[in-house]
Amino acid sequence: MNAAIDLDADALIKVERLSAHFPVKSGFFGRPSAWIRAVDEVSLAIRKRETLGLVGESGCGKSTLGRTILALRRANGGSVHFEEKSVLDLPPEDLKALRRHMQLVFQDPFASLNPRETVGRAVRTALDLHKIGTARERTDAVSEIFRQVGLHPALMDRFPHEFSGGQRQRVGIARAIVLRPKFLVCDEPVSALDVSIQAQILNLLKDLQQQLGLTYLFISHNLAIVEHMADRVAVMYYGRIVEIARRDELYARPRHPYTKALFAAVPIPNPRQRTLDIQMRGDPPDPTRMPSGCRFRNRCPYAMDRCAQEEPALIEMAPDHRVACWLDS
Amino acid sequence: MTEPLLSIEGLKTHFFGYDGLVRAVDGVDLEVNPGEVLGLVGESGCGKTVTALSVMRLVDAPGRIVGGTIRFDRRDLLSLSASEMAQVRGAEIAMIFQQPKVSLNPVMRVGRQIAEQFIRRRGMDEAAAWKEAIGLLAAVGIPAPEAKARAYPHELSGGQAQRVMIAIALSLKPKLLIADEPTTALDVTVQAQVLALLRERCKALGTSLILVTHDLGVVAQVADRVAVMYAGQVVEQAPVERLFEAPEHPYTRGLLGSIPVLGALKPRLVEIPGNVPTLDGVSVGCRFAARCGERLRVGSRCETEAPPVIARGPGLQVRCWLADPAAADKERALA
Amino acid sequence: MSSLALERAVEARAVIRRAGWRWTLRQLFRKRTALIGGAVVLFLIVCALWAPDFVPYDPFKVNTLNRLKPPSAAHWLGTDELGRDLLSRVLIGARFFVLVCLISVSIAASVGVFLGLIAGSGPSWLDVAVMRVIDVMLAFPYILLTLAIIAILGPSLWMAMISVGIAGIPGYARLVRGEVLAVKQEEYVEAMRALGAGPAAIMVRAILPNVASSIIIYMSFQMPLAVLAAAALSFLGLGAQPPLPEWGAMLVNARTFLRTAWWTSAAPGLAIFVSILALNLLGNALRDVLDPKSK
Repeated sequence: MNAAIDLDADALIKVERLSAHFPVKSGFFGRPSAWIRAVDEVSLAIRKRETLGLVGESGCGKSTLGRTILALRRANGGSVHFEEKSVLDLPPEDLKALRRHMQLVFQDPFASLNPRETVGRAVRTALDLHKIGTARERTDAVSEIFRQVGLHPALMDRFPHEFSGGQRQRVGIARAIVLRPKFLVCDEPVSALDVSIQAQILNLLKDLQQQLGLTYLFISHNLAIVEHMADRVAVMYYGRIVEIARRDELYARPRHPYTKALFAAVPIPNPRQRTLDIQMRGDPPDPTRMPSGCRFRNRCPYAMDRCAQEEPALIEMAPDHRVACWLDS
Repeated sequence: MTEPLLSIEGLKTHFFGYDGLVRAVDGVDLEVNPGEVLGLVGESGCGKTVTALSVMRLVDAPGRIVGGTIRFDRRDLLSLSASEMAQVRGAEIAMIFQQPKVSLNPVMRVGRQIAEQFIRRRGMDEAAAWKEAIGLLAAVGIPAPEAKARAYPHELSGGQAQRVMIAIALSLKPKLLIADEPTTALDVTVQAQVLALLRERCKALGTSLILVTHDLGVVAQVADRVAVMYAGQVVEQAPVERLFEAPEHPYTRGLLGSIPVLGALKPRLVEIPGNVPTLDGVSVGCRFAARCGERLRVGSRCETEAPPVIARGPGLQVRCWLADPAAADKERALA
Repeated sequence: MSSLALERAVEARAVIRRAGWRWTLRQLFRKRTALIGGAVVLFLIVCALWAPDFVPYDPFKVNTLNRLKPPSAAHWLGTDELGRDLLSRVLIGARFFVLVCLISVSIAASVGVFLGLIAGSGPSWLDVAVMRVIDVMLAFPYILLTLAIIAILGPSLWMAMISVGIAGIPGYARLVRGEVLAVKQEEYVEAMRALGAGPAAIMVRAILPNVASSIIIYMSFQMPLAVLAAAALSFLGLGAQPPLPEWGAMLVNARTFLRTAWWTSAAPGLAIFVSILALNLLGNALRDVLDPKSK
């Protein structure tokens, strides 16, 4: 494929032909009867200090991709490089050292904090694990990070259930940045929050990126939020990246039929712009039985014979704009 | 002007819980006209779902409707007996929920679940009811309806299950359908289909629709009129275009400024400071005052006196001192 | 109160801790059932420790002149077939009740929790091995299992307690394994892994604190069952032997006089009933407080 093009000189993260499969439905003797290819030979690069947006619908594998990049779940092939260093198959000690540089912000601020641990301790755990500083310095560092994410340090001794969703998400962010990482995977960081709180968190993430020079992989199903946050955007459909481009380019000229359908389906908060077009037929496919060739062809209004026979590769159609569709080649 | 189909006045639904009183709905006034789509917007805990459940009289203990009136089709719903209300539910007011798969009976074929309505409520025989059910499945866009009628709920996708729920809800041609976050659990592409279907079916049957949602995009796409709820009250009610083009309440303005809009990049999102309030205390002033950026334009009144509902035009109501003509004078005087 | 003040008031109230031991105790004290249960349990413990100092009669002193006397001002609960004061015997018997609770439950809990933890967090072969053993133990009826163990160890109160303890192991092991597997799936555990935590740190900081409340709740429900089982063993003559005033053993003796002297069986029977009820009340209250899902 086109892994070679992805080897940007200024890439912080390089993902090459990465795959992650899930077994489904254990048979009588616990043998998997089928596999879901949640991530299927994905290649992409994330450049230093940029935000790569990753959009797709539920079950498309975007969360799995994020976690596989962070070596939080086993890959079934391919490689991930962080600053030239291979991330997968590291010995435990090296992996632990690497974790200081790559962190995760979770979607659900209720599930991602231990209910029996104060929020201060949740943040401090990172410093304890990596034996950074003395006890006093750790406490100071936690206060400082609390301030940085907009929480009063006096709140450190409270338990997660005493906080609102937005405050918890701030704690989650504090925990992720306390080790001063370079790379952050934000997995739907605002989709569980109230609308009036989402803006607070999105603004915070943008500010922190500026202040700390962070690189983000920003995963979301919300195209408007991704447009607001990302410099480049990748669109994922059932394990594959179907389109990837600079944000302005992708939002102005989407090329893949799936991307177009996604855009058409977004309910725009403007009653004079009613666009509930139905460009896409049918429901999402069964992930254990994907169609042959292009996985989108069953729902694609432009499907051709060729689409059933061969799977289209991700090919550069315009500068920094790659599409996996036969229609475009 | 036509008489409204549903008119709610001063509705109060409180929860007498373990940890004290929660005023989930605290003085809601709403009207829904025949054939109209009303969007009921608000954040979690603002009382939008409890308002909807109150109309159905489906508020479970420890919750109780403690005040107000709900008039529906010239009847006072709150004075109906339990069995009279059961007759209204389904036949005249129907409701669909966020999780369609939970709302369907998992051990009954979906066609049967629709046919049940006709057998029980319309006295049809099995064969006729089954035929009606298949017709309804086709009408809500289920492919191969004969085959799908024999499916069990777990064999449906989320979008299909919601279509089935819509079919069941509309089977008896109710005058009012209440849809509580009907597409929140669905993907964007499926959401668009379901919303289009919901709007189309309601218009076709002349059914009024209350669409309860937190998503301003969904409201803009589907609603004719919008009511914005905050902390157990409706803070603004307006025709949909008016609400999105000239929001009057600072909360509405804040909400609209805080969401990224596709194709309309904002350098920075407007933040509404603070948190979504809990409703377990007594408040004297405006409930939004603590988070309101425009409080200072009015002065201390916001904190000491609850603003009344102020009519600003046909179908346009705001619960804010800024909308008070006297406040405008004062502001001019200050300037 | 303005809404600003309202918000402050709400914040101030949130300061009250909703976790930790002090909070748990305070919540417990607010429940009447917990207070009643707790008072009875406290009384049992006092009896177990100091009953010899305050019982009205020597519980072992035989007085044949005073045989099978019904309850009276002198003997509140009457006397048994050897003229011993039943009230004194029942109060002293509390000692065995508490002992059974402590010994059998601590055996069952310590071994069971340990097995559950290694099954839930260890490699899968270990999980399979441990759980097969547990399955075999569960395949025996509870009382049959204790009988089998007694048959090997020989009948005495101590052996009864140990066998009841061993029979209780599978329950704890299964509960803890299930809880560990569930907690391991939680996002906060993944968050700890993302921070670089190893299995030991995850066990100590995330899994144990979250499994603890389930164990406590289970213990409070298992305890009365263990006591009943021990009493049943004594009743079958396989536990405490006469003349020990263990309540189950007292019931055995009383059985003969069921028609002629009802109070001889009523005294130990009531003691068992009240203590078990107290433990259950306390257990229910504890579950309500510790397990938010049950509300």
